[in-house]
Amino acid sequence: MDIAADVAAAHASDVDVRGRFPRETMTALAQAKLLSCYVPLEEGGGGTSLAEVAQSITTIGRECGSSAMVYAMHQSQVACLVLQGRASYLADLRRRLCDEQLLFASATTEIGVGGDVSRSLCAVEDGPDGTFELVKRAPVISYADDADAIFVTARRTPDSPPNDQVLVVCEKQDLILDKVSTWDTLGLRGTCSPGYLLTARAHRNHIFPAEYADISARVMLPVAHILWASAWLGIAEGAAAKARRYVREAARKPKGSTPPGALRLAELDVQLSSFRAHVAQAAHVFDSLDHDAAGATAVGLALDFNLLKVHASEAVVEIVTMALRICGIDAYKLDSPWSLGRHLRDAHSAALMVNNDRILGNAASMELVHKGS
Amino acid sequence: MSEQELDRTIRGILGEYGKLSADADAISETQDLYVLGLASHATVNVVMAIEDELDIEFPDESLTKSTFMTLQTLKATIRPLVVA
Repeated sequence: MDIAADVAAAHASDVDVRGRFPRETMTALAQAKLLSCYVPLEEGGGGTSLAEVAQSITTIGRECGSSAMVYAMHQSQVACLVLQGRASYLADLRRRLCDEQLLFASATTEIGVGGDVSRSLCAVEDGPDGTFELVKRAPVISYADDADAIFVTARRTPDSPPNDQVLVVCEKQDLILDKVSTWDTLGLRGTCSPGYLLTARAHRNHIFPAEYADISARVMLPVAHILWASAWLGIAEGAAAKARRYVREAARKPKGSTPPGALRLAELDVQLSSFRAHVAQAAHVFDSLDHDAAGATAVGLALDFNLLKVHASEAVVEIVTMALRICGIDAYKLDSPWSLGRHLRDAHSAALMVNNDRILGNAASMELVHKGS
Repeated sequence: MSEQELDRTIRGILGEYGKLSADADAISETQDLYVLGLASHATVNVVMAIEDELDIEFPDESLTKSTFMTLQTLKATIRPLVVA
């Protein structure tokens, strides 16, 4: 079964119109054991590379942007669990991820801190008998209602400075989620990302031993940027595929003349080929790293992954817009097989999650010390 | 540059730009600077100040988290770059 073509495509419109969780696609991914594909073979996973994960996200993204983003966000948490989860509870969680095809979400942003994920206001507080309690006001948590566990960032202790953070696994039974806002958005409507007051109580063994700054630099940020870019690439490819079919159909009538759309399609492919190459290169770089070496936290690498995010978020809008121009009014209509409305709306989320101004601000800071070697 | 001068200079810069939660003159060689509050933006300012003050350039490969982990690791990176 081709999950993208047979499942994601079939429900993409309904997921978007109703702003509902892409249940069918996520179930199909679970049935194919793809939710655990990044876990090593010896632990019961699929042993895939990040590049392969990225490719599968792009394939899904061609048909449904929301499905691709949910899948990408899940895999970002999986990567942290695989590469930084050195503790017995976390090893057991990997096994359960494989056996039960658990779905992971994350809560890294916080009201009062905005999109700066390197700081937290909330803190892990001591509970009785080796437990902790954590209360977080999260402006957005994607698919929280459908996740089996949410990975939450918080300050290590109530006395810790804002940047001394830990990552905590909060399973469904550990959580009380009070929805405090809605998710009725222009695009990515199926990611279901309202705000919540999150309260968690669990054993302290749910806390990743590594400091979050390390997890973030080595895994979370690079992987999130690569996999989001892969999802956006999928959206761009989906739009490009429609434009391609449109041009080829137009070329058949009348025969012999090159429709103007063909040149525009060539222009589009210039952008698309550069987008594809950038995503593939970044995934390859990540797969080649020794994730535990000092070099994995180099400023130059962080800068490159930030640049990927900016490029990808701009490219997806540009490419979908070009495809819209090529297909014309047929794509402008909502009730047409050529419709690109959802693609365009989904594409515009990219520059906002995290806002590119923040990313470029961080990059600007790095540019002050990075020599460019 | 003597060891004491280097130590004084680095502590001074950490104090001025590091935004640490403790007095930079009082921290130990091996205390985790990140846990003391040294965040990414402050690190950039610290690097620029050190490069300016000591007339050196941190090579790109040295711009990793491990370099800025402690006063000891920071000085170990800087020492070979300082001439005389």
